[in-house]
Amino acid sequence: MHAIESGNFAAATGVKLARVQVIAAYPITPQTPLTEKLSEYVESGELDSQYIPVESEHSALSVCIAAASTGARAFTATSSNGLLYMSEQVHWAAGARLPIVMCVVNRGIGAPWTVWNDQQDSMSQRDNGWIQLYANDHQQIIDTVIKAFHLAQDVSIPVMVCYDGYLLSHTYMPFEIPSQEKVDSFLPAFSSHYHLDPDNPANLNSVTLPDLRVNVHGDMAPAYMEIRNALHKDLRGSIGVLEEIDEKYKTIFGRGGCPITEEYLCEDASFIAVSIGSLSYHLRDVVDTLRGEGIKVGVLSLHLYRPFPDKAIIKALKRCERIVVFEKALSYGYGGMLYGDIKSALYDCDERPLVQSFILGIGGREIKTRDLYEVLKEACRTSKPKTGESIWIGLKL
Amino acid sequence: MNAKTDILSLPEEELVHPGSRACSGCGLSIVYRIGLKALGRDSILVVPPSCLTVLQGLYPIASTKLPSLNVTFASTAAAATGVLAALKALNREHTTVAAWAGDGGTADIGIQALSGACERGENFIFICYDNEAYMNTGVQRSGTTPQGVLTTTTPFSGKLQVSKDVPAIIAAHGVNYIATASASYPLDLFDKIVKAKDIQGVKYIHVHTPCPSGWGFEPQYAVKVGRLAVESGLYDLYEIEYSEWRLTGPSKRLLKKKRLPVEEYFKTQNRFKGLSKSRISEIQKQVDEKWKGYGDRSK
Repeated sequence: MHAIESGNFAAATGVKLARVQVIAAYPITPQTPLTEKLSEYVESGELDSQYIPVESEHSALSVCIAAASTGARAFTATSSNGLLYMSEQVHWAAGARLPIVMCVVNRGIGAPWTVWNDQQDSMSQRDNGWIQLYANDHQQIIDTVIKAFHLAQDVSIPVMVCYDGYLLSHTYMPFEIPSQEKVDSFLPAFSSHYHLDPDNPANLNSVTLPDLRVNVHGDMAPAYMEIRNALHKDLRGSIGVLEEIDEKYKTIFGRGGCPITEEYLCEDASFIAVSIGSLSYHLRDVVDTLRGEGIKVGVLSLHLYRPFPDKAIIKALKRCERIVVFEKALSYGYGGMLYGDIKSALYDCDERPLVQSFILGIGGREIKTRDLYEVLKEACRTSKPKTGESIWIGLKL
Repeated sequence: MNAKTDILSLPEEELVHPGSRACSGCGLSIVYRIGLKALGRDSILVVPPSCLTVLQGLYPIASTKLPSLNVTFASTAAAATGVLAALKALNREHTTVAAWAGDGGTADIGIQALSGACERGENFIFICYDNEAYMNTGVQRSGTTPQGVLTTTTPFSGKLQVSKDVPAIIAAHGVNYIATASASYPLDLFDKIVKAKDIQGVKYIHVHTPCPSGWGFEPQYAVKVGRLAVESGLYDLYEIEYSEWRLTGPSKRLLKKKRLPVEEYFKTQNRFKGLSKSRISEIQKQVDEKWKGYGDRSK
């Protein structure tokens, strides 16, 4: 079925099709239309799920953590300061290896208050052990949400599905809504390694020690460090699992094929612009214009940011001359996070392209196509590319 | 109240393995052992950081025979909500969900989530074992630490403020069942938990829990100290069942009995060493006033 609807609607529909059993959410702009839609689905009986209108984001993820620990498929969504408020639980969900899916509708974070889009919220949560997927349009939002439940369950790691506030959440676009039958054939019913069960009791997430300890059966049990190492290894391994799941999705729905990175005119490109989210589709327009002027430039978009797909990045970027990273978030006091990650990934290559970094669109500052055009053109053409630091573009003072 | 449980009718099955990590003389070990008997096998526990986290054992060994979910400090009531929501979704609603938090995890960092759950009417039992300070981290003051008590963060003059009346805060949410209990009266506690299992919504049980190491008394006196708190009329055992308040058991009997002087309770513990004679007589007056009110109320 085709629809012309908002990005938040696409996400809500994906959640419904995934037959989520427990939803907990707290209102925050621009996530609210997504959770409003879900409460509507539940109250009307269209979705057989428990909807818990919690009193905070911290509690929203707490409910999901406990529900997943008890054996139910759980979902929440948030934005901005809401994500930061639940940050303790974000780490906890990953450490507890719970297959929760959360949509992060990207918004800048305070202070000062901003309700507008950038990606500082989810990007600043990159080190907490979740898988982070980013969608570039509405079709990718609904498809990614459905795939995220499969992935989370297969690797026992929570997944964030991030998409730009307003630019995607509140705009209307045509997209296809998969049928329930097809989604059912794609997505297995919820299962987990263990759920809280009086017939099979266990004490979950109890205090661990710095060193190994023997259990009551006489077997050596892992300590905190082994448990955390397993999370890291499984995150690294989840890249392959994501590729398999995407392949399965493509077979059933005919869409997908680039779950890690998505290339646009990169094959012969001497210059590659790199970005995350809707900005990467914006950059395609600019690249089209520059191609018309004879500049061999392409765009690489990252759908997966954590675990960082370093091998895919190296493969896609190592042969070009210059990389130009555009991002709507930064590590304050250093520079763009994606920029830092890309440089780090390329460090071990024998020949490394130059990497330039631009920060833009912070707190919803309008990103003008003309600005992008001029900056990217200059970055490709200049004989003195500015490397080594992130340059803010679009500042007016 | 239903037929009162006595020592012979108490379930024999132990749901706590012997050899827990509690300090000797720990009031919580009584509350926990009796509480689990009352909850029964078909229960799931939710536990934030507290003495109970330690009592329940260090990975991979546990002292509990019930499934237990350790959760973050502020999230107890929300986590209990999540367990319930999943049980509903999975048609396993016969299982009792019981949250066990200390006074800090209830009155301080946990109160937002608890208030939200009370307002939503979640169907779980919330047990606050109140040892009147942050004992697990080394006796720092909490919202329920009584006025005048010496703690490691009120080291010289004692706590300046009065303690938070958590049952009254929960009562303001209009929940169906609230009870206070004491580790020193385990059968009364047992009956209250059993009763709570059959009532809808949040059931809040606040349990006075003597702590030898935090309160400064010898481990063999835990039960005695808890009894003195009740018998002096300082800590009262009551229920608020569907908005109806009544004293229960030993506190109810105090209506017709001479109360012990509060000083008898204070002098058993080092934490009250900072209380002056005049302060103690002020507290005695407050307790006498309170009980005069109880007497009028029950006429």
